[in-house]
Amino acid sequence: MTAAVATPGSFWRTFRRDREGMAGLVLLLLYTGVAVAAPLLADPAGLSRINGTGMPQSPPSLAYPFGTDEDGRSVLTMVIWGTRVSLIVGVAATVISMVIGTGVGIAAGHFRGAPGGLLNRLTEWFLVIPYLPLAIVLATVFPPAVPKIIAIIIVIGVTSWSSTARLVRAQTLSIEGRPYLERARALGGGHWHQMRRHVLPNVMPLVLANTTLTASIAILAETTLSFLGLGDSQRVSWGVILDQAYQGGAVSNHSWWWILFPGLSLVVVVLAFNLCGRALERALDPRLRGATR
Amino acid sequence: MALPATQRLAETAPAAEPPGRGRRRAALTPRYVLGKVLASAVTLAFVVVVNFFLFRVLPGDPAKAFSPRGRNADPQRLVQIRRDLGLGLPWHEQFWAYVKALAHGNLGTSWGQKQSVVSAIGDRLWPTVLLSGTALLVSAALGMWLGARTGWRYGSPFDRLSSGVSIALYSTPEWLIGLVLLTTVTGTAFPSGGMTDPRSTLPGAVDVAWHLVLPCLCLVLVYIAEYSLIMRSSMLDERHAEYLTTARAKGLRDDLVMRRHAWPNALLPSTTLFFLSLGFVVSGAITVETVFSWPGLGRLTYDALRGPDVPLLQGLFLTFSAGVILMNLVADLLYPLLDPRVRAA
Amino acid sequence: MSTPKLLEVEDLRVTYRTAGGDLPAVRGVHLTVDKGQTLGVAGESGCGKTSVASAILRLLPPGARATGRVLLQGEDVLAMNWGRLRAVRWSAAAIVFQGAMHALNPVRTIGRQIVEPILLHERGVGARAARKRAAGLLEQVGVPSWRLRSYPHELSGGQRQRVMIAMALACAPDLIIADEPTTALDVMVQAQVLDLLRGLVRERGLGLVLISHDLAVLADVCDRVAVMYAGRVVEEGPGHRLFTDAVHPYARALAAAFPTIGDPASRLAPHGLPGDPPDPRGLPTGCPFHPRCAAAVERCRTEDVLLRPAAPDRSAACVHIGTEAVAP
Ligand SMILES: Nc1ncnc2c1ncn2[C@@H]1O[C@H](COP(=O)(O)OP(=O)(O)O)[C@@H](O)[C@H]1O
Ligand SMILES: [Mg+2]
Repeated sequence: MTAAVATPGSFWRTFRRDREGMAGLVLLLLYTGVAVAAPLLADPAGLSRINGTGMPQSPPSLAYPFGTDEDGRSVLTMVIWGTRVSLIVGVAATVISMVIGTGVGIAAGHFRGAPGGLLNRLTEWFLVIPYLPLAIVLATVFPPAVPKIIAIIIVIGVTSWSSTARLVRAQTLSIEGRPYLERARALGGGHWHQMRRHVLPNVMPLVLANTTLTASIAILAETTLSFLGLGDSQRVSWGVILDQAYQGGAVSNHSWWWILFPGLSLVVVVLAFNLCGRALERALDPRLRGATR
Repeated sequence: MALPATQRLAETAPAAEPPGRGRRRAALTPRYVLGKVLASAVTLAFVVVVNFFLFRVLPGDPAKAFSPRGRNADPQRLVQIRRDLGLGLPWHEQFWAYVKALAHGNLGTSWGQKQSVVSAIGDRLWPTVLLSGTALLVSAALGMWLGARTGWRYGSPFDRLSSGVSIALYSTPEWLIGLVLLTTVTGTAFPSGGMTDPRSTLPGAVDVAWHLVLPCLCLVLVYIAEYSLIMRSSMLDERHAEYLTTARAKGLRDDLVMRRHAWPNALLPSTTLFFLSLGFVVSGAITVETVFSWPGLGRLTYDALRGPDVPLLQGLFLTFSAGVILMNLVADLLYPLLDPRVRAA
Repeated sequence: MSTPKLLEVEDLRVTYRTAGGDLPAVRGVHLTVDKGQTLGVAGESGCGKTSVASAILRLLPPGARATGRVLLQGEDVLAMNWGRLRAVRWSAAAIVFQGAMHALNPVRTIGRQIVEPILLHERGVGARAARKRAAGLLEQVGVPSWRLRSYPHELSGGQRQRVMIAMALACAPDLIIADEPTTALDVMVQAQVLDLLRGLVRERGLGLVLISHDLAVLADVCDRVAVMYAGRVVEEGPGHRLFTDAVHPYARALAAAFPTIGDPASRLAPHGLPGDPPDPRGLPTGCPFHPRCAAAVERCRTEDVLLRPAAPDRSAACVHIGTEAVAP
């Protein structure tokens, strides 16, 4: 496995030629723009259940392009603000997941003997335990004092790091076999020095490609957990909108807009992360070019 | 569910360590079998420990945490929760009691279902097996076929269309497809949920099959995407193998070269991934069963978490994990049987 | 010209399209083989031997283009439609590929792989008869017939090569192309496999194209030998003469490199020959061999020499032919 990148410049040139990757990137920038500019795009007052201004569950119209929910709130307003919440939760959870995954992965690859073996076992266990039941259990038992949105971020972060850890461990093992690391070891570089100065820079490209894929998982997880009612109903994310739609009779009333628009926003952003992640992998590993499309 | 599907999207790339390659090259010796069984047992033990401590340690005062929220905790309920969880005893004694009960097949009594956890899970097991099993068989067959076609004709318009659709479906949670389907079909001939309809005039099995269509479709759409991408990537690895040139030199049609020679080879790594994903499938049913009120383990999980019904949730977590661990074990034991290179070694 | 020759290759050119531009791997090759005759093709790795072999049955990868004519019993393979091509493959000419390890399907039994072309090409033959024939073929190449049920990985390298040969004989083709059939084998096994091939040519009267980078092996087995360099034949003549007194300086160097059959040390580059084979994408001007040639003169830099008669029954591509400088 080689994830050797010559320079950021040549990497970018390769990435830019990847149509899929660029499409993903443009979409992500668009979403980021919406999330940042949410206060300019929609009045947050429209999020309150008692402030609904439209007719309950009315289909898309000029005044309400995405229609309204059962309280007469504009679905468009909720989707715009939901973008913010969903992205923040997704990105924060991804950061946690990457930090744990990279740390555990490097340590599992670096330390020989019992500590490395134990970390490797731990990774394998977490790989095996089904993700959603574990996340549900964690979200249920989380100390109620912690704000729910924080709880969700932590739950997703600590349940999604294992595949990253496995990748990073494999990469670490291959790096540690290289001559310059053996030299560093012979010169008496400490563990911390070796890992930080030699291993980390070499696993970083791989971690970056993995980050975008993990982000897509995290956003899906947030939506799924919120849909199951484990989300923070005070902060409207796409999953919370969909939960409210399901509970509020969107299905029996055929209020397709209430489901379709938040749903599409979710699918498109997850798709964008996936496209980017695959393109990054291709750009990082020349061997993969043309192989995994 | 879609989450691990996406996770595996990354793992199917050759950059990741492909399961079934290298790592699992071992013959099915008694030592190998014993090793794998032991490893699974250890993993299961880990799950049991996690299952115990998560519910006692994290919530602070579990009794307060688990009593229905938003209301003031009913003192009688608190007493019951304390008794059920064995709170008040030292931890190690609680744990010992928990393990002992578990060894006797006793997972406690459900708070919400008015029956034992074991019988609640037992009642709901078969609907889940029916739904997930059907979806799995259909999507594995179609996905492997589709993936083989697209991988073989890499870069063709059909491949591009199919891969594009697959990646899009991959990015979609099953339950969202379910919601959209339900919203469109409600009021039509399709039932909007459940497994049977007491008013139905259809024979029982047909009625169940009729109820099965929509939830199964949701799962199939997403799983096909997953399996076809797995198979496609195996096929891409196999596409330039030299024995394929031999097959062509023999005068075989391109189609036969693919079916007789490339396919069986590409199937090996795919089969392993297929079995590894079986575990996730079980939990994937949670969301779709919820949306369609399918009376299986998934819907039961949803009901349990809404409570929360702690003993039931614990039992379900254990059941799901055990299922996944078992499937992983099957994958490990099956691979040496499928690959003649390790079978004889 | 009443009966056409078994195989006539005329002005064959093979070009691969690569990321770094077009790569002319074969640049105008002429070869002729008749029934009962063995033609050797020699040359360093990368000179285009496998490309020639693949082009004969149009087995080149999708990015490659082949032009010229490949007349198999008078019929141009390069001009056939797909149906005709499939019918000709294996029944008129079969290939024993380089590296039998990967040329056999790892997950199908030897038996199924040998029987496959029989059932495909011979309509009247049933599965049982085909299997019987496969067993006979295995015995004939010296592999016990119970091996039909084995998988490729269960055989030794030599046995796999024999299985490949048995498979090539399955439809009784008139022509067999063997691409480095002995390269990966040790000396003993190598000699056995060569004996086997020689015996088959004698008994069955088939034509054999034997490809190797070991000129000594070819001199021993072949009626005629063609030496290739940078995608062209640079010398062609009777096997023994080519080994003992080659005309072209490259052929001479190649002959000197293999004093004994299959000395593994001298395999990779002919010994005593400076430099590396040229990159087909950037061939030197004039004679492509001149940068490595001890006998090179000014003219070699500019003049691209084609094959010309060098002696009765022999030809070579060197400016020195007919002049004094070439005499040893
Ligand atoms: N599939 C291919 N794509 C691009 N170049 C190739 C391919 N196969 C062979 N070549 C190039 O063509 C030249 C001749 O190769 P080959 O016919 O395999 O030579 P030989 O069999 O004598 O070693 C070499 O320079 C090789 O790099
Ligand atoms: Mg070759």
